[in-house]
Amino acid sequence: MTPGPEAATNVLPLKTDEDVVRLRKQVREQLVALGFSLIEQTKMITAASELARNTLRYGGGGEAHINQVANEGRRGLSLSFIDQGPGIEDVNLALTDGYTSGGGLGLGLSGAKRLADDFVIDTAPGRGTTVKIAKWKIF
Amino acid sequence: MERIPILRMGRLLLVTIQVDMHDRLAMTLQDDLTNRIVNDRATGVLIDISALDIVDSFIGRMISNTAAMAKILDARTVLVGMQPAVAITLVELGLTLEGVSTALNVELGIKLLQQDNR
Repeated sequence: MTPGPEAATNVLPLKTDEDVVRLRKQVREQLVALGFSLIEQTKMITAASELARNTLRYGGGGEAHINQVANEGRRGLSLSFIDQGPGIEDVNLALTDGYTSGGGLGLGLSGAKRLADDFVIDTAPGRGTTVKIAKWKIF
Repeated sequence: MERIPILRMGRLLLVTIQVDMHDRLAMTLQDDLTNRIVNDRATGVLIDISALDIVDSFIGRMISNTAAMAKILDARTVLVGMQPAVAITLVELGLTLEGVSTALNVELGIKLLQQDNR
């Protein structure tokens, strides 16, 4: 298996609590295969766990896409969390530490953003939410 | 139903989390521990997370809440065995586990709990 920019997308459902555990396991396997350090693995898996829970709790379930990626000689792992839920009205507010609409700690989105290298969110009311994060290997 | 076992050692309760917990399992553990504090008249709770590769905000909140509930029930909670990578990630995530005592390993954790045993 030689993953490159054309490597197949690994799609995982996010419908149950157990799916979140399965996602963490898959993400770890891919990070290990790419040779990430233990600290980088831990940060990215934690970010993935936060975003997967958001997809499940606030997005009403959805799916995660896992991709090994390459860019300008760098290699990394990209994760997308996609739901068709209610979407987020005020993204800046949702990215504020401690803000929650659902009784959580309000660290999921903001924490995931800090733990990943790249963070892109695409959402609007009634249009669902897609959050894409990436971690790049440091040489 | 899937459960994390809780062991009793005198007036202490000992939990070693050895599986990657899903959220429902974490909530069950919180409920079980709170009930056991009362039923076993425990004065201390030791939670060993040395086998956990990650602690996210949900697990972190479960630990904080358990410690807060234990405190109200007159028991002290000590969290032991956190891996360095987990500690680094928790702080970056923004979770500081306020009000939770920690120790490096089970032995030191037990010592800490026995110190203030009334």
